[in-house]
Amino acid sequence: MEEKGDLFTKVNTFFSSRTGIIFVGGFVGIVAAILQYEGNPGNMGFCIACFQRDIAGALGLHDAGVVQYLRPEIMGIVLGSLIAAFVFKEFKPRTGSAPIIRFVLGFFAMIGALVFLGCPWRAFLRLAGGDLTAIMGIAGLASGIFLGTLFIRNGFDLGRARKTYPAVGLVLPAVMVLLLVLLVWDPVYSDGTNVILKSLKGPGAMAAPIAISFGIALLVGFFAQRSRFCTVGGIRETILIRDYHLLTGIIALTIAAFATNLALGQFSSGFEDQPVAHTDHLWNYMGMLLAGFAFVLAGGCPGRQLVLSGEGNADSAIFVVGMVAGAAFSHNFRLASSPAGVGEWGIAAVISGIFVCAMIGLTMRRRG
Amino acid sequence: MVKRIDVRGLSCPQPVIMVHRKMRKIGTGTFAVIGDDDTARENIRRLARDKDWTIKEKEAGEDFILLLSKA
Repeated sequence: MEEKGDLFTKVNTFFSSRTGIIFVGGFVGIVAAILQYEGNPGNMGFCIACFQRDIAGALGLHDAGVVQYLRPEIMGIVLGSLIAAFVFKEFKPRTGSAPIIRFVLGFFAMIGALVFLGCPWRAFLRLAGGDLTAIMGIAGLASGIFLGTLFIRNGFDLGRARKTYPAVGLVLPAVMVLLLVLLVWDPVYSDGTNVILKSLKGPGAMAAPIAISFGIALLVGFFAQRSRFCTVGGIRETILIRDYHLLTGIIALTIAAFATNLALGQFSSGFEDQPVAHTDHLWNYMGMLLAGFAFVLAGGCPGRQLVLSGEGNADSAIFVVGMVAGAAFSHNFRLASSPAGVGEWGIAAVISGIFVCAMIGLTMRRRG
Repeated sequence: MVKRIDVRGLSCPQPVIMVHRKMRKIGTGTFAVIGDDDTARENIRRLARDKDWTIKEKEAGEDFILLLSKA
């Protein structure tokens, strides 16, 4: 028993150390490049926003035929985190910190991310693959996070969460198990049509084998839970308290993905013709500004929200559901970009989103 | 009686911000933090180390209490 305790302490000390966060960031970068090599779309070994969007499509919540697939990476991250949380006794079901606001933040974070075409993880993966259009996205992300920290400095706070029943914390992990079953089973209706939609062409048709994607994502979820890896937190903590701990994780991710891309012959530098990206620099910037703003008000990047959901945080689970809803709206109402450029209503949606986030930031403040 | 900051139920970055604010306000002295989030606990630990505050930790049921002091 004591030996087990010692081992747990050693693992905890490692993952909370500088070396630990570099290990986790580096691991995510390397396996992201490998997932691309195994079949995932370009510079999209991992993209939490894109993959949630693909899941929304697979469930028929939007009808963009090129982005429909039940991505097992999302399930793997949540369930890997759940396992880590149980093993290390950190499964703490909680809820009640302004859930509907978290839904709205997730909704608009997704709209912003889909104007840029990627979550923060993918922004750094795009850069690591040589996609220079990602620079404006990353600048936008940092600006959005900076904007959010101004509200945090002025007392913005979504309020306290409360402890709750384990069942509440297990809802999203249970949904992930169900989605995984549907992915593997791939049921058909009596007339032979597929229940779950799957793209025949486009990014949705590009995927690494299920076992590889899911297995890798389980490890990523496990490691991310132990290390608290968070891209938005990395930039936020740098701005707010000059703590560079999580930032070193982001740097490790980018360098490791870059090196692995070089080794696998996946590196191609330039602005034009980058995979699943467009060259409207202003709206790459503004899209990610909105996303960064919404993520920081909600307390973390979308990867982190998945991990927190696995720990039983039902507020983060609501954020995830908000992102899926945001993805459906993005494609149903022409808000999302495509490689051809920004969607018809993308600009209006980003401006509306920034306004809504600012209203949330202004109206939800702790006094004193 | 040592002043106590209650960060239970608060999510990142609130706990570490509140502790940081307190550190800057009092400069030196002692205060306690009661919390329940493991991430917050690690963040506060790291903040204390970076800002040269000593930290004593104890468990209180499902919560933890961190006693921070600087001479």
